[in-house]
Formats: sequence, structure tokens, C-alpha cells
Amino acid sequence: MALRAAPESEIEYLKTDPDLPAVGVVDRTPISPAARITFAVLGLLGGIAWVMIAFVRGENINAVWFVVAAVCTYLIGYRYYARLIGRKLVQPRDDRATPAEILENGKDYMPTDRRVLFGHHFAAIAGAGPLVGPVLAAQMGYLPGTLWIIIGVVFAGAVQDFLVLWISTKRRGRSLGQMARDELGLVGGVAAMIGVFVIMIILIAVLALVVVNALAESPWGVFSIAMTIPIALFMGVYLRYLRPGKVAEVSLIGVVLLLLAIVSGGWVADTGWGADWFTLSKVTIAWLMIAYGFAASVLPVWLLLAPRDYLSTFMKIGTILLLAIGILVARPTIQMPDVTTFAIQGNGPAFAGSLFPFLFITIACGALSGFHALIASGTTPKLLEKEKQTRLIGYGGMLTESFVAIMALVTACIIDQHLYFALNAPATLTGGTPETAAAYVNSLGLSSPNITADTLSQAAAGVDEESIISRTGGAPTLAFGMSQVLSQFLGGAALKAFWYHFAIMFEALFILTTVDAGTRVARFMLSDSLGNFGGPARKFKDPSWRVGAWVCSLAVVGLWGAILLMGVTDPLGGINTLFPLFGIANQLLAAIALTVVLAVVMKKGLFKWAWIPGVPLVWDLIVTMTASWQKIFSGNTSVGYWSQHAAFKEAKEAGKTSFGSAKTPEAIDAVIRNTFIQGTLSIVFAGLVLVVVVAGALVCIKAFRAGGLPTTEAPEEPSKIFAPAGFVPTAAEKALEKEWNELIASGAVRAPGAAHTHTDRAHHHDE
Amino acid sequence: MMNRVVGAVRTAWWWTGSLMGDHDYSRYVEHLRRNHPDAEVPTEREYWKARYADADTNPGARCC
Repeated sequence: MALRAAPESEIEYLKTDPDLPAVGVVDRTPISPAARITFAVLGLLGGIAWVMIAFVRGENINAVWFVVAAVCTYLIGYRYYARLIGRKLVQPRDDRATPAEILENGKDYMPTDRRVLFGHHFAAIAGAGPLVGPVLAAQMGYLPGTLWIIIGVVFAGAVQDFLVLWISTKRRGRSLGQMARDELGLVGGVAAMIGVFVIMIILIAVLALVVVNALAESPWGVFSIAMTIPIALFMGVYLRYLRPGKVAEVSLIGVVLLLLAIVSGGWVADTGWGADWFTLSKVTIAWLMIAYGFAASVLPVWLLLAPRDYLSTFMKIGTILLLAIGILVARPTIQMPDVTTFAIQGNGPAFAGSLFPFLFITIACGALSGFHALIASGTTPKLLEKEKQTRLIGYGGMLTESFVAIMALVTACIIDQHLYFALNAPATLTGGTPETAAAYVNSLGLSSPNITADTLSQAAAGVDEESIISRTGGAPTLAFGMSQVLSQFLGGAALKAFWYHFAIMFEALFILTTVDAGTRVARFMLSDSLGNFGGPARKFKDPSWRVGAWVCSLAVVGLWGAILLMGVTDPLGGINTLFPLFGIANQLLAAIALTVVLAVVMKKGLFKWAWIPGVPLVWDLIVTMTASWQKIFSGNTSVGYWSQHAAFKEAKEAGKTSFGSAKTPEAIDAVIRNTFIQGTLSIVFAGLVLVVVVAGALVCIKAFRAGGLPTTEAPEEPSKIFAPAGFVPTAAEKALEKEWNELIASGAVRAPGAAHTHTDRAHHHDE
Repeated sequence: MMNRVVGAVRTAWWWTGSLMGDHDYSRYVEHLRRNHPDAEVPTEREYWKARYADADTNPGARCC
């Protein structure tokens, strides 16, 4: 690859073909005074916001400070820390082609405009996770959650996404499981693959549990969610037979129908038959979810899964913008104190355990989410146009998810404290009626004035629900807060119920998208692994073998369905016992991903900078292993699964018919069984990850002793396309882009990623 | 002013369309024309049928 030195020494142009303009720019121009001032102002503004949040902590601080603190920190982290990571580890060069350019097939490998890919990547990584975790974590006060979300993303979550995207891009878009095998050897690789599968099952189960809790006894919610299925089928048929390829158009129609479904849900729920048909128990909804997951896994993608995904993508971007605007316009004040007593004593009703480690477990998505590694390897690298865009897509995409988490936290913290705890404490504590719930929350010693039973009934009536007591899982709380924010600037009290059900609907929509896509992915993981056994089992490798598809789908939904039903019928409340498992699972996946990254960094001999993935890995291991340890060995029955197991077993042997939250002998049996499963899962998770980490550590030591090891990177190929690295092109990039566009317009060369870049859309947009 | 509004709306629609996949087919056709000029060009209907058939056997994960 010949390089031509530019006349200006600061700007170097990378050329790979004498007949083509440069394919990349290395800009060493020192930061301009204007940019320097901008970042100084951002730093100052962010500093003021942090002081307001962390030190002034006046009565009722305004939610806008959170947005300011978050955005300023993100911009500075992106400009300085992500840049450092880019310079020292990633070392992107735009004269090298990405897998998307090398293997372009117009389908899954395709260089995609960075702004479009950013949307793709964001829609794939963000879902209900960053909305639910922070809401539950709000029980510890606003400050710990805010600190972890913002600091965590800058030094851990975004780093993981950025670096996984990097190593996968250098390996033609290989998946995390494949890379684990390549880098860590057979044992580490197999442990990683089993780990990914088991973790996926628990993630699906817990997310499904969130939906079940949000929809139980809510005819309005059930009706509008049920309607998304016929809407999706209609969209599927429309795209297949009426207007193929008009995806944005049909999605827009779908969203309009969806809004109609929410509005009509209110009418239906008010009728006698509507209330009869759609008021469903948790167990019924759980079974319907299981049936849905199975159907989505065996039906053709075009009919149900793909259109549901289109709706979900559309709603994701729309509602998150709406919430951001809502918070900035309504500027609500925070009701939750900075740190609650639950943070210190570890006896919170939403989830048990002390601040360390359980806050860092509960908020996984938004700060550090291992699941992203599955997207950043495999899917996104195959669409990446230029190496230098890794920072924007990987690091930037995760910052955006973190911003969603901050907004969710803020939304939970603007709810009156008593209402928040009435919503989030399990029914075994609140008693389920307004009178008992009011008595319970008043006994917590909260700093806001006590409430009466009437306040709770009115709050429920305000959003047109039968009750808001013990609606655990986070989704109803977020919906309640969102209805408060959005009704303040759109529609007032009259639209409050609409906004509540709008929020419930989109959370359920996101979760169902994760559930159906996750079931399908897990089904393929299972059939692939079964196929590896050889012999007659080889047949499982053939995806068109229907029997295999049905068997594997049944096995997958059976696994997560069993955990879901266990959570739904759990006498101890479900969410508060299962959500920690979700967080632990997600962050153990992050440990696997960071171990693979660290092994690659060590093999490349970049020892001096190994702390960049090393610090988040060590932190993540401390958090997850402490949490796992406590879940397995803690003598405190509200934290440790096994001590709870032992306590209930003892009670049973002593002949008791009622013990703790379990009021019947059957409930005691259920607790004994559930704690056994949860305890076993904790051990399996931690064990698998430890195997991966030990395998990774051995590789790292070997690499360090040898001063580096041979790389598994795919051979380099010269790039023949150009695109800017960030959202806004620099002056040099702009000039180069113009040069390319002129050549493209004259037909001399092709546009990057086969035309339709932003700048030449004017010529093509009406095609 | 009016032009800028029209431009912004057009950009937003271009972005939405690209994100959802509206332009995938024309990009694929261009890809074929350039790299496989002898290959038969499928209709948009056939293209999407094949795309979904691929997706059937190669599902993409969605995160939480």
C-alpha cells in the first residue's frame, strides 16, 4: 500500500490505487482553538452539573442536570478516552478494507453509511434492559445509579463494545463464540459457547417475566400487545405480496395501527366483554408468551419476526427521542433522595442485597452489557465501511444506550417515593390492597410525606388501571413516570392513561423482539451444537429439517419457559429473586467478551495498554464473583439462594405449613424447588466464566512471556472506498469526499457501498 | 428557509429508508451489475424472498 505524503505535514493522505483519490486521511493537526474552547466549556458545564447532582443535592434537584452531566461526560469521554483507545489499541487505518468491502455480497456483507449503521447498531443493542435495570436500582437513591451508569459506560461498557467490534472486524466478522475458541483454545471456547447459550436462556426468561408482570390483570395492556401480532402479520403479507421492499412505508402504517391499538385498548378495557376476555392471570400470560416464542421460532421470518422487528426499531428511535424531549421540556424535579437507607442496609424491596455488588448487577445494560458483544461481533462488522468508524459505532452506540439508561433512572426518580415503593415492593410485603400497601410504604420511614390508601387508588385511576400496587419488574414504574413527564407537555391529565399504556406497549414490544429473536438464535446454537456430535445427529445441522427445528425450538422455549413459570408463581415475588440472575448473567457474558479482547491485546504484544480492557474486566469479575458468592454462600436468607433453600427445607421437615412469604405447604415446596434451580444456575454461570477466565489468563501469561503470539487476524487487503470517520466530516475529509463524489457522479468509480450515500441521494432518492 | 426544511425532511426520510432497508434492493442490483455483470438480476420480489430465506436460517440476535 503506497502512501503519499501530503504537502502539509499534519495531514497525510492514504492511497491504495494511483488512479483513485485517497481512501483515508490521517489528520495530525493539533486541536483547534475553537474546539479547545468548546471542550473546556463542556467540561465546565459538566462539572457544574456533577456538583449539582453529587454535592449540592438540594431539595428536589432538577432532572435537566442529569442530562447535562451525562452528555458532557459522554462527549469528553468520546473525544479523549475513546481516542486514546483508538490510538493505542485499535490503530485503525483506512487504507485497509473492512470485511464489508472485501466480502460485499449486497446482503449481509455491505459497506453501510455510518449514520445508517449507527441506527442499525443502536436498534440491535438497545431494548428494554436499559429501561428496566435503572428503574429498579432507583430504590437505592439517584446518586449511585447515576455514577455507575455514566462512569461505567465510559470505562467499561463502551470500551467493551468498541474493542469487540474491532477484533471481530479484523477477523472478517467472526462471532464471539468462534473468537473465544480461536483465542482461548478448546476448553475456554467450549465453556464460552455453553456460557453464551445458558446466559441467553436466563436473559429471555427474566425479560419475559418483566412483560408478564406488566400485563397481568391489565386488559388494556393485554389488548394492545395482542394487537401487535395481527399488525405484524399484516405487515409481513404486505411486504411479501403487495409492495416488496417498501419497509419504511409499511413500518409507518404499522406504527399508526399500533397507536390505534393503544387508543382502542382503553375502549375495549372499559367494556364488560373486553375486561372479561383480556384480564388474564400471570400464569396464563406466561403460557401465551411461551406459545408465542415457539411460534416465532418455527414460523418463517418474513411473516412474524421481521415485521415485529421493523415495528420495534421504529418505536425504539421514536420513543427515546420523545422521552428526551419530554424531560427537557417538562423539566421535572427529582423526588428520590440521593442515597436511601436500602443502599446501606441492603434490605430494599425491589431487589435484595447491598449497594456493592448488587447495584452494579442490577444496572447492567446502560453501563456494561455483555450481550452487546454478540451484536458487535458477527452482525455489525459485516456492515462497517471503514476501520476508523469503529469508534463512532462501537463506543458512540453504547454511549447512546447509556443515555437511555440515565433517562430511565430520572423517570423513576421523579415519581413520589411512596408510590415508587408501592409499585416495586412484592405483594408479600404490600399485601396487595391500597390500605395494606399504604401502611407498608408509610412504615418505611421515607422522607416524603405519608400517603393514604386513597392516594394509591387515585394514582391507579389516573392511568386507568385497576391497581398500581406491587407491579414489579420496572416496566410499570417507568410507564408511570413517563406518563407523568409526557402528559406534562402533551395532553395533560386527559392523556395520562394513554401515555402509560403507550410506554407499557413499547417496553413489551422491545422485550418480545428480544424474546422471539433470542429464541430463534438459541435454537440455532442448540441445533449446531447437536450437529457437532456427528452420526445421526448430523442432521441437526440442516436448518431446513423441520423435525430438528421443532425439537430444538421446543427445547429452548421449554428451558426459558420453565424459568419464567417459576418466576411467575414464585411465592417470594419473582423479580426480586430472578433479576439479580439476569444482571449476573449479562455481566458474566461481558467477562467472557473482555477476556477474549484482553487475550487478543496481549497476543498483539500491546502489554503497556492491556489495562484498557483489563480494568473493566477485573472490576466486572470482582462484582460478578462477589454477587455470585453471596447468592451461593450468603447466610442471609434474603440474599443467598442456598440458605433460603435450607431454611425452607428445615421448615418443611419441622412440619410447618406456612413459613415466611410462603403461606401453604405447596408454596414452601415451590420455594425449595426454585431456590435449588436458582442456586444451581448461579454455580453453573460462575463456574463456566471462571473456566473461560482461567483459559484467558493462561493465554495472556504465555503471550507475555513470548513477547506476543501469532495473530489470528485475517490478511489485509487494500481499500478502494472512502468515507468520513465521524458523524461530521473534518475539513480534509470533506474535500476528499467532494473529490470522490465528482468521480462517482461522472461514473468513473462506484460509490462506497454501492451508491446511495447521503451526498448523492439527490440523484437517486426517487428510484 | 423553506428549502432547508424540505432538505431536512428529505434527509430524515432518506435515513429512515436506509435504516429500514428500502434501498437494499437497488444496492444489490448495483452490486451485481458491477461485480457479476453476467448474473441474472432478480426482481425486487425475488430479492426479498431470498433475503428472508437467508434470515430464516441465519437469525440475528437482538439485545435486551
